[in-house]
Amino acid sequence: MLVLQAIIDGVLVGGFYALMACGLTLVFGVMDIVNFAQGILVVLGAYLSYALYAHLNIDPFLGLLITIPVMFVVGIALYWSMIKPIKRERVIMSLLTMFAVGTVMEGILDYIFTSNLVAIHTSYVNSSVKLGSLIFPSIYLYAFAMSVLLLGGVYYLLYRTRFGRSLRASMQNPTAARLVGINTDWVSAFSLGIGVGLAAAGGMVFGLTNSFDAASSYDLISRLLAIVIFGGFGSLSGALIASIVMLVIQDVVAVVWSPTWGQTTFYLILVLVLLLRPQGLLGRKAVRAQ
Amino acid sequence: MTAIDVTPVGAAAPEHIPYEPPTAVRRGGTALVLVLLAAFPLVFTNPAVTSIAVFTMIFLVAACGWNIFSGYTGYISIGHAAYYGIGQYTVALLVMHLKVPAGWDTFTLLPVAGLVAAVLAVPIGFLLLRVRKHTFIILTVAVMFILQLLAFNLTSWTSGSGGLELPFPTWTGSFFNEPFYYVGLAAAVVACAVSWWVRRSKYGLGLLSIRDDEDRARGLGIHTTRTKLIAYLMSAFFVGIAGGLYASFVGSVYPQFGFDPNFDLAVAVLVFVGGIGTLSGPVIGTLLLIPLQQYFYLQFGNDNLFLIAYGVLFILILRLLPGGIAPSITQLYRRVLVARQLRATAPPGPPGTAGSPGAAGISRASGITPATVTGAEGKEDTP
Repeated sequence: MLVLQAIIDGVLVGGFYALMACGLTLVFGVMDIVNFAQGILVVLGAYLSYALYAHLNIDPFLGLLITIPVMFVVGIALYWSMIKPIKRERVIMSLLTMFAVGTVMEGILDYIFTSNLVAIHTSYVNSSVKLGSLIFPSIYLYAFAMSVLLLGGVYYLLYRTRFGRSLRASMQNPTAARLVGINTDWVSAFSLGIGVGLAAAGGMVFGLTNSFDAASSYDLISRLLAIVIFGGFGSLSGALIASIVMLVIQDVVAVVWSPTWGQTTFYLILVLVLLLRPQGLLGRKAVRAQ
Repeated sequence: MTAIDVTPVGAAAPEHIPYEPPTAVRRGGTALVLVLLAAFPLVFTNPAVTSIAVFTMIFLVAACGWNIFSGYTGYISIGHAAYYGIGQYTVALLVMHLKVPAGWDTFTLLPVAGLVAAVLAVPIGFLLLRVRKHTFIILTVAVMFILQLLAFNLTSWTSGSGGLELPFPTWTGSFFNEPFYYVGLAAAVVACAVSWWVRRSKYGLGLLSIRDDEDRARGLGIHTTRTKLIAYLMSAFFVGIAGGLYASFVGSVYPQFGFDPNFDLAVAVLVFVGGIGTLSGPVIGTLLLIPLQQYFYLQFGNDNLFLIAYGVLFILILRLLPGGIAPSITQLYRRVLVARQLRATAPPGPPGTAGSPGAAGISRASGITPATVTGAEGKEDTP
């Protein structure tokens, strides 16, 4: 029963990790860049929700109507100011640039909010739904529903709209996409905007379920990167599967063995998987650049 | 500035224009830097200053070591804190269990720390080097975090977040920092010498060819995995030594400061600023930035403002000097020579025509766009 409970917890929490990881993998797929600042952007989203709740008493879920657009704009601004000017060795330079951007943001957040841990305390944080002997914390249920909604939205955007088609075209072959008249710059900017917007939603849930400070971003980004590598870079469904697998493994190990080994076990499984499939579960095989 | 400098390898040299300053300048510059570094603690005896100098030496060893792998092969590792931490824990555990007295005896453990790091780098490197580019970069971070988690969790060895304490040597006053400084300097000289040897050797050519085109290098008969792995071991060795020196200097070891993500960033920044893949790059970057960073830290450390200052500095450097300081100097030097040669030999023609072959040659080897050499506006690379 404990194990079943752990699996349910893992699936529910995995849903919102998938949200954050999808932002990362989407950006990678379109631009070939690793958004190393995603961890601190999630924390920024959490702080925005926290500030709205603490000062204006806006419910975090309602606050998403403000934070997601704000973070979307942040993402677009990051693209034009940081990624676009990079002329050569985009992969590595963008990774280092985003690392540096993350450092600056960490310093700023630390300065504004100090390094004391904060958490968002809404009325439903501690309530839960009981089903037999199984417990469903209501916050995770809401978060899961929201994740499904948002991921469904992203899916619709990618596979049912004109914009989605140009985005997927840019993922497959940026040069050819440009040749057929797709403005790959704006597609890239929008995909970074979407990725950062998803970080806002994920950050809101993160803030509701954890105490956090700016330094939480290191733990977050390492988990998110692990998820994205596990699922395969650029694969949305891979990220979804990987986040649920990761959280389930972690929770089950925590129950049957010890909480301290949960994450280590996941990392070890990740390494084993990569031994067999270096490109991750559903990743594209690396092709030689011409 | 130092003159031990980059020798781009692999490009056909355009006639008469050397790639580097004359031998006398290079040797003289190296000797001058060495003399200055050796004399530094004799001139500045203030412990606050010399302790910054010790940190500079620790990072110099690490940066030179890191550059041997990441600089020459183009595989950027931002997980070398793994070996920094391993070096720290090796020294701390050996001191604890073998009851090594503090002082000079501790320094004999430094090569051991390096060796342990290198030995552990064999399986890790073998695993990591199966993947390329971004996956490699991120896996290095993942491995670093695995080791950090292990350091937190294997409490019977590492005592977890409680950390380990090392006894302090009985040296006092202004003399306290000096042994650490000179040991660090010696290690840094060895690291630079190895880096120099690698750069000049046939083996180093193999590394550079992997950086430029790994598949083609393999096609030409280079055993790429073995070549990369050896470089990885060498870099782990020196970063391990740097870690051991840090542990014995600071006197304590904690998981989050041993396996420290900030260390990864710092080393990458140092080498990128100085010029990645060059011999003098890590030296220039470290001697310039670590004192600056320590100064920021002492000034603004309380409220983490130094993170902002450091991050902004890094972004500016990436933007303004994408090739790093050392290649920029070399470029400038070559530009002067090309201009002089043009004036001396060629009849007046359209400027740039005679300069371009040289420019193209240098760009092939050191990764600098021809555009910056000829002074034209930067062109966008095809993705």
